[in-house]
Amino acid sequence: MEPAVETKKLTRVFNPKKKKEGASVRALNSVDLKIEKGELFGLLGPNGAGKTTLLKILSTLLLPTSGKAYVSGLDVEKDYVEVRKRINMVSGGEISGYGLLTVRENLWMFSQFYGIKSSIALERIDDMLGKFGMLDKKSEKVRTLSTGQRQKMNVIRGFVTDPQILFLDEPTLGLDVNASRTIRDFILDWVRKSERDKTVLLTTHYMAEADQLCDRVAIIDDGRILACDSPENLKKLVKSETTLRLDVTTMKDQRVLGTIPGVEKFTSTDDLENNITSLRFVLGDESAISDIVSGVAKGGSKILALRKTEPTLEDVFIKLVGKGFE
Amino acid sequence: MTGSAWIVQNLRAVRGRAYPRVLGAQREPSWIFFDVALPLLTVAAYIYMYKFMDAPKEFVGFVILGGAMTAFWLNILWSMASQFYWEKETGNLSLFLIAPVSRMSILGGMAVGGLFFTTLRASATLVIGIVVFGVTLSLSSPLMLIAIFLVTMVSLYGMGMMFASLYLLFGREAYNMSNLMTEPIYLASGFYFPVKALGYWAAAGASIIPITLGLDGLRQLFYPESSAQYGFLPVGTELVILVGLSVLFLILSKVSLDYMENLGKTTGRLTLRWQ
Ligand SMILES: Nc1ncnc2c1ncn2[C@@H]1O[C@H](COP(=O)(O)OP(=O)(O)O)[C@@H](O)[C@H]1O
Ligand SMILES: [Mg+2]
Repeated sequence: MEPAVETKKLTRVFNPKKKKEGASVRALNSVDLKIEKGELFGLLGPNGAGKTTLLKILSTLLLPTSGKAYVSGLDVEKDYVEVRKRINMVSGGEISGYGLLTVRENLWMFSQFYGIKSSIALERIDDMLGKFGMLDKKSEKVRTLSTGQRQKMNVIRGFVTDPQILFLDEPTLGLDVNASRTIRDFILDWVRKSERDKTVLLTTHYMAEADQLCDRVAIIDDGRILACDSPENLKKLVKSETTLRLDVTTMKDQRVLGTIPGVEKFTSTDDLENNITSLRFVLGDESAISDIVSGVAKGGSKILALRKTEPTLEDVFIKLVGKGFE
Repeated sequence: MTGSAWIVQNLRAVRGRAYPRVLGAQREPSWIFFDVALPLLTVAAYIYMYKFMDAPKEFVGFVILGGAMTAFWLNILWSMASQFYWEKETGNLSLFLIAPVSRMSILGGMAVGGLFFTTLRASATLVIGIVVFGVTLSLSSPLMLIAIFLVTMVSLYGMGMMFASLYLLFGREAYNMSNLMTEPIYLASGFYFPVKALGYWAAAGASIIPITLGLDGLRQLFYPESSAQYGFLPVGTELVILVGLSVLFLILSKVSLDYMENLGKTTGRLTLRWQ
């Protein structure tokens, strides 16, 4: 079975309109990617990394300068007509559609560009508006929507045509927590319930989004793919151990905690005034956590707070690029 | 996919894109003032002038027909031609381009919607003009009248479809073209007087704008008695030329659309907002 998306040494150079207007930009630099059918794949990178450029090439809006790109095994350059039948695309912050149409009319209009029978389209639209908690908005004019509602509508537009592969360019850009969560949950559900039939390629510059949502993540910077793996495996690249912090009521004999198997480092500070002892453990093995908790109880103390810090994709990015994200 | 399935798909696309324009006519009734009442003022000025000069009575009808047809010319210049330009800014253009139907269907839908909306305006101008100024039109050959009108519209909107891609290619400069082309075409196409008055060669040159022959043909058909005196070419000849212009502009609009799309894919500029 051919991959949903494949690129081979894909390169895109933008030339300035006139020579004197500056140098050309290499937005994609020999990108090799393979996304399997049924994957929820994330492209994570800072602004200007080349994410949108890649999506534009895959959605037949832009030609590669060199290299190849395939969608469902079809060459995006030659077989673009066939590619278009299988895809759709939604971008964050999009203001597409017409303000004087209602939400439902607007979604219907875009479905007509895919030649979908009206009754089928409207059924899907109502179903999805329901899932996005937007049914009460269906007869509102598009220009009256809030940013979050508008973006939910845009995302629905992408799903209504029931594409094989959906490209989402920063779908939760600038949205509040609730709207973002609704959109993420829907994306995840759509991919999962398709039983490896549907594929989503989304771009994001939110670390947590890539981490929580995606089966695999490619980290892109300056037009290059620096790493590509599951979030768990990527985080293994940075060998920072798990750190556990505990705030407990003042504890007399703490030294025993340092001898628990799996604890590599142990420090404690007492705050006598507030009757709090802060404990910090560096763990080689996370199974030590339960022994630590029961050790604290045996010592007659109560746990006030517990925090576990683990490496994030941000740490991975810093390690790969040598600088932070924004 | 079978041929008929392909046609159905594309007809749906036409309908989809026409819909917002058709609906716009109902949802934004302010057009009645701007697009019907204001043009009537110009029409009225010419009518009073002709009356004052004791011009032949069909001139009042000529002016009202011309006034109604200005609606189509304004729609071509200010809506059809600049449509892609605005659609680019909102991101709609990219969505049209990645759709799996012929982009000519989407462009065609834009034209059909504009045509519908503008026919409403033009009819309103016509009806009000007829009532207020007591104009009588004779309907001697209704089929020919319908044929001339439809073919004029196909070629005119074909021209508009061509402008849509060209305006996008030339950006802001082309936008100034709309300004430049409004008044001169009122003159060249004879909106307020029979185009024959310009002389044969000037009228022939102006005939590249489909509205010139269309308007002349309509005037001849509504006033058959004076057709020999004021008509530019025989109506049958005008119809044939208009059919030719329709084919020409539809082909040119397809060519410029393809050219625009390819250039966009190569340079990456056409789907970029604010550039
Ligand atoms: N149409 C274009 N013309 C010129 N430069 C462009 C164009 N599109 C993108 N770029 C440049 O290419 C680089 C990658 O841009 P983009 O793909 O939009 O990044 P991202 O989506 O990751 O923020 C940037 O330096 C950007 O300025
Ligand atoms: Mg981007």
